[in-house]
Amino acid sequence: MSGIPHDHYEPKTKGEKWLHSRLPVVGLLYDTLMIPTPKNLNWMWIWGIVLTFCLALMIVTGIVMVMHYTPHVDLAFASVEHLMRNVNGGHMIRYLHMNGASLFFVAVYLHIFRGLYYGSYKAPREVTWIIGMLIYLAMMATAFMGYVLPWGQMSFWGATVITGLFGAVPFVGESIQTWLLGGPAVDNATLNRFFSLHYLLPFVIAGLVIVHIWAFHTTGNNNPTGVEVRRTSKAEAEKDTLPFWPYFVMKDLFALALIMVVFFAIVGFMPNYLGHPDNYIEANPLSTPAHIVPEWYFLPFYAILRAFDSEVWLVMLVDWATFGIVDAKFFGVLAMFGAIAVMALAPWLDTSNVRSGRYRPMFKWWFALLCVDFMVLMWVGAMPAEGIYPYIALIGAAFWFFYFLVMLPLLGLIEKPLAPPATIEDDFNAHYGDAGHGGGSSATAPTPAE
Amino acid sequence: MTFVKSIVLASAAVVGLSGGAALAAGGEAHVHDYDFSFEGPFGTYDQMQLQRGLQVYTEICSSCHGLRYVPIRTLSDEGGPQLPEDQVRAYAAQFPINDELSNNHLYDAENDVYGPLKETDNFPAVLTDGNGYGPDLSLMAKARAGFHGPYGTGINQMFKGMGGAEYIASLLAGYEEAPSCAPDDMDGSYNAVFASGGYPEECIDEDGNHMYPGSWISMGQPIYDDSVEYADGAPADVEAIAQDVAAFLMWTAEPKMMARKQTGLVGVLFLGFLTVLLYLTNKRIWAPVKGKGKAKA
Repeated sequence: MSGIPHDHYEPKTKGEKWLHSRLPVVGLLYDTLMIPTPKNLNWMWIWGIVLTFCLALMIVTGIVMVMHYTPHVDLAFASVEHLMRNVNGGHMIRYLHMNGASLFFVAVYLHIFRGLYYGSYKAPREVTWIIGMLIYLAMMATAFMGYVLPWGQMSFWGATVITGLFGAVPFVGESIQTWLLGGPAVDNATLNRFFSLHYLLPFVIAGLVIVHIWAFHTTGNNNPTGVEVRRTSKAEAEKDTLPFWPYFVMKDLFALALIMVVFFAIVGFMPNYLGHPDNYIEANPLSTPAHIVPEWYFLPFYAILRAFDSEVWLVMLVDWATFGIVDAKFFGVLAMFGAIAVMALAPWLDTSNVRSGRYRPMFKWWFALLCVDFMVLMWVGAMPAEGIYPYIALIGAAFWFFYFLVMLPLLGLIEKPLAPPATIEDDFNAHYGDAGHGGGSSATAPTPAE
Repeated sequence: MTFVKSIVLASAAVVGLSGGAALAAGGEAHVHDYDFSFEGPFGTYDQMQLQRGLQVYTEICSSCHGLRYVPIRTLSDEGGPQLPEDQVRAYAAQFPINDELSNNHLYDAENDVYGPLKETDNFPAVLTDGNGYGPDLSLMAKARAGFHGPYGTGINQMFKGMGGAEYIASLLAGYEEAPSCAPDDMDGSYNAVFASGGYPEECIDEDGNHMYPGSWISMGQPIYDDSVEYADGAPADVEAIAQDVAAFLMWTAEPKMMARKQTGLVGVLFLGFLTVLLYLTNKRIWAPVKGKGKAKA
């Protein structure tokens, strides 16, 4: 599949031609910015820009914070307090970074669930999806290691619990854990390597983001109908699309500004709301907090991790069948990573030949349940593992796997989908009416398709 | 689209709630919802209250609790107690120097004495060495959460802050006569708000529930009515003193709160204006494409 036909950059002046024949960087930027974009994209397609902004925000605030931070177990906590108290604007920089992580994950979850609903993962966009999943994993690793750096109680105990997961791997677990920590327990070596990797990974993410954009610029964006842009000719493609600049840049910037209003209200008025008070207590290896709770964005997967305890018959069965190699703890770890893995495999698990959930009457409701399930898992992940909560977590975790492994393949076979519109143009005109010949900057005015 | 919208809204709501829910796990004891001047988006510190709180800290708390992260000079900062600078200098000099860890730069090795604390130094860190010294209080008001209500949703915290100051004030005013079920030789003092202390077997009923809220705290009751005498004639009953020192500790934990809220407000207003401009720009750009007969959004 080649890209959507569109105008390319033509160097005009002598200077432009000189540069273009040596390094076509202007052409690359032009083609990227003017990429034909389905004109029926709705407001769920703004999260990409929000995410790009988040990455930039985190890198910029992070670099400034590193100027004042000391990665040492005796000094880290104090250096953060130094930043908060003595550095001009330091408290704002840190609160932007802290809450920026939350905004980043809000946006990434909405971005992912948008893709799941509109079938953005389906052929030919599997590579975009897989790279997206890699970005998500890298984000989780980065966020986790960043949370350790202030060296508060939750930093320390969160690191202890999460690195302990690797200790559950049979035979080599303990070695892996020691290797990750740089010693037998979370200590200065751990803090230093987490600091190093926390600085490195955002740039890895930036690289992956470029590949992510490259991939979907090759296939073209998906859109709410899931119908492909017509691409037999440029004139036809222009009926379905508008250039990214200025139409979608302005739309996305408007959405971003609106989100920034909310974000600044949170940073300015309630910056610690999403955090945990225990992290304002310096790390103390001798005192375990009453409840070790990860940040909200890890809670759904944390709930899945804890859901499979040794009371579950499936866990017992696996334990018995593998002669105890896969015990409850390791099973939980596998389930947690498996929950992300099944999501990454969605392109191959979904058998429906209709892409967008909008035209899939049964899928719609199962997807809604998945959203609810995600929220329930997030809530139950914050609850203590006692009473009714482990059962809720187990049901939630089971549904997660059921959706991806059973419903997604099955729905494609049993469901009778509605007919999507023939073209993107039809869909757009059904919403907004035919603009006739009012097209300003677009070369050809849209005309009815049939 | 409406389907997607409802999912997005529901998600946003749950994300908001789960943040509070994440923090809901904790002590069950009741934290009184005191009205502090610094609550809410426009709340500010009460300068006189901070000065009274400083007095309480100095006269009562500082014998066992340090403020190791707080530079003494910040007492004259805007948005704080705002003491005059000469008073701050005098205040710094009156601290007895007794611990090497935080003050070893003041140590004069030749004469084996410590020089006086200066306003550029931090408050002394009273070490938690198990000899009856309490934890450092610099960040205590952010390291504790108060009310989680209603029903553990954390909505209160969205509007009133995390409630660390409420927790501190409640705890200081939460000393009560020990319930009669407790043995006489129980370690510590009974406090109806402190949740993580010792609890006697005798006060647990057959279902395993605590018959009384709170637990036994190792810190003896530090504040009584008229424990301090305020120069400004403010009331000095236990609750008033507790609130004053709690407000002061909120300031030590979050000294830039007023600047932060101001930045937040300016940011919200400017970004709000930018949002309007971008909305209009976006509308105008799309107008020719979307045509006259705009059916539905």
